[in-house]
Amino acid sequence: MAGIGGAVTTGRKARWTVLNVLVVVYALFPVLWIVSLSFKTKETLGDGNFIPREWTFDNYKTIFSTTEFVRALVNSIGIALIATAVAVVFGTMAAYAIARLDFPGKRLLIGVSLLIAMFPQISLVSPLFEIERGLGLFDTWPGLILPYITFALPLAIYTLSAFFREIPWELEKAAKMDGATPGQAFRRVIAPLAAPGVFTTAILVFIFCWNDFLFAISLTSTEASRTVPVALSFFTGSSQFEDPTGSIAAAAVVITIPIILFVLFFQRRIVAGLTSGAVKG
Amino acid sequence: MAEIVLDNVTKQYPDGAVAVRDVDIEIADGEFIILVGPSGCGKSTTLNMIAGLEDITAGELRIGGERVNERAPKDRDIAMVFQSYALYPHMTVKENMAFPLRLAKVDDTTVEKKVRDAAEILDLTQHLDRKPSNLSGGQRQRVAMGRAIVRSPKAFLMDEPLSNLDAKLRVQMRTSVSRLQKQLGTTTVYVTHDQTEAMTLGDRVVVMRGGAVQQIGAPQFLYDNPANLFVAGFIGSPAMNFVPASLENGVLRSALGDVPLTDRVRSLLEGAEAPREVIMGLRPEHFEDARLVDDTVRSNGVTFTNQVDVLESMGSDKFAYFSLSGEQATSAELAELAADAGSADVPGGGVSLVARISATSSAVEGEPADIWFDADKVQLFDPGNGRNLTYRG
Repeated sequence: MAGIGGAVTTGRKARWTVLNVLVVVYALFPVLWIVSLSFKTKETLGDGNFIPREWTFDNYKTIFSTTEFVRALVNSIGIALIATAVAVVFGTMAAYAIARLDFPGKRLLIGVSLLIAMFPQISLVSPLFEIERGLGLFDTWPGLILPYITFALPLAIYTLSAFFREIPWELEKAAKMDGATPGQAFRRVIAPLAAPGVFTTAILVFIFCWNDFLFAISLTSTEASRTVPVALSFFTGSSQFEDPTGSIAAAAVVITIPIILFVLFFQRRIVAGLTSGAVKG
Repeated sequence: MAEIVLDNVTKQYPDGAVAVRDVDIEIADGEFIILVGPSGCGKSTTLNMIAGLEDITAGELRIGGERVNERAPKDRDIAMVFQSYALYPHMTVKENMAFPLRLAKVDDTTVEKKVRDAAEILDLTQHLDRKPSNLSGGQRQRVAMGRAIVRSPKAFLMDEPLSNLDAKLRVQMRTSVSRLQKQLGTTTVYVTHDQTEAMTLGDRVVVMRGGAVQQIGAPQFLYDNPANLFVAGFIGSPAMNFVPASLENGVLRSALGDVPLTDRVRSLLEGAEAPREVIMGLRPEHFEDARLVDDTVRSNGVTFTNQVDVLESMGSDKFAYFSLSGEQATSAELAELAADAGSADVPGGGVSLVARISATSSAVEGEPADIWFDADKVQLFDPGNGRNLTYRG
């Protein structure tokens, strides 16, 4: 928003600032609300104040003192990271092949992956439940990782093949002419250029796995593999009369943090226009 | 440095389309050779086969005496400059130029020295630490050249390296490419669709059409002695004029009048089994304003009078455009040339003619002018197969 020619008037700047603040407030208001809730004491939870009158860390202490939440957090991080890594590695290879090579069955592969992406997940829950129980995968990490990879792969392949298609084919030819083996050409020329695409895809896949509730609640039954979104729904107060709202708010804040960190960490690498200057046109 | 020999090289795609047919070219060590032709003539495919980026279906390719058909590009020791430059955007100019050396595992001091040397030759020294995205078109082009020369390969392959530059820079770079090639003395194969580049750069020019070689020769020889209609029409700007004519009793009857056959033309025609109907080819510079031709010379040619449609003054000369009544010369070659030039759909009956006449001519646009042409410079072509009947091979 630097303005064309750099001539940004004060009035224009002010208009943009107001607009930006409005958008940010609108988008972040629910998040701020839950942050506010997480810092309130039990007594002031329902007072309707946006800024807590009494600040407390009790809610956070409570959730981290239960193995229920800590264990779920470990499950979530582990499952999401493994699923993301596998999906991105396979997605990269598949996307490269789709973007660059002509092989029999290419259209079929694209068609099938599109089909999977469009399939309503709820319709697969019962069969998956039966299959996983039969195979002994029910309530295990692989039991969640596998379906996550299945549904994340089409997404990964689609995003990545779009990125690969943007990398000029001639760069690879040039690398070959410069004396590179196909492996070297991929590692030293194509992979660095595809990096923004890979990171974007990793973020999308990670968020998908991290946020999933449907599979996580249907294919787990104990702390062994229950992820945070599910664990949250099982939160109870210490007695049946106690309201777990404060704990849920704290937990919700906690599980947002890894996503924010993940995005911030990779954001620097997602630089648009990295390939500019490679070829003219 | 090495000679490159294409021995009956053919490229056929799996769908049966033949891109290149029986190409036979012997490129001498240190020679600068140009492959030229309209788009789709197979010139780039030929280059890619020499590079190893495309398989050779039949025939043999030898570089420095060794058969290299089955070798990967990296084992052929040739460098290529791409039309799009294909610079690695994530590397600096220095890293781009060092890349082939790094892959060849050359030690750091040598890499440094060679990159410096190449940068100096190409005037890139002050840009070494910049990324390609921050360079101008001409600088990018030079980096691409630098990446090619840095490892002193056996040969350079250039795929329309100047076509992305604007007109002025192209002329400038054309000279520097030529100078660089002379300086390095490396065998160079250069692909272009621009006949001016072909004429000015090469030691020899290979004219291609529809995957087949039409003629190979020095630029001036091709210009003076085109083997067929296609070469005649492709080489030269403005292009050669083609007028239908019929041979009757040693005289050519055409829309320009009756042209007597000179001794030279007559002797060349003798062995050629010329048909009755021919196409007469005349270069624009063989015309002149009749008033500026003295009488002794005048008798060696033919004078005709026609209205000048358009008169373009170039300062040094004038280009006069005429339209003659009568049939336009037709042949498959000419149709293809017209399609390539994009003039196939341009309406206009009859024969159009361009004459390059002296700047001192007093011809006026829209008025009739007397124009003379040299009958001895006439070239005659067979409209059936395009063959030059007056070819002096």
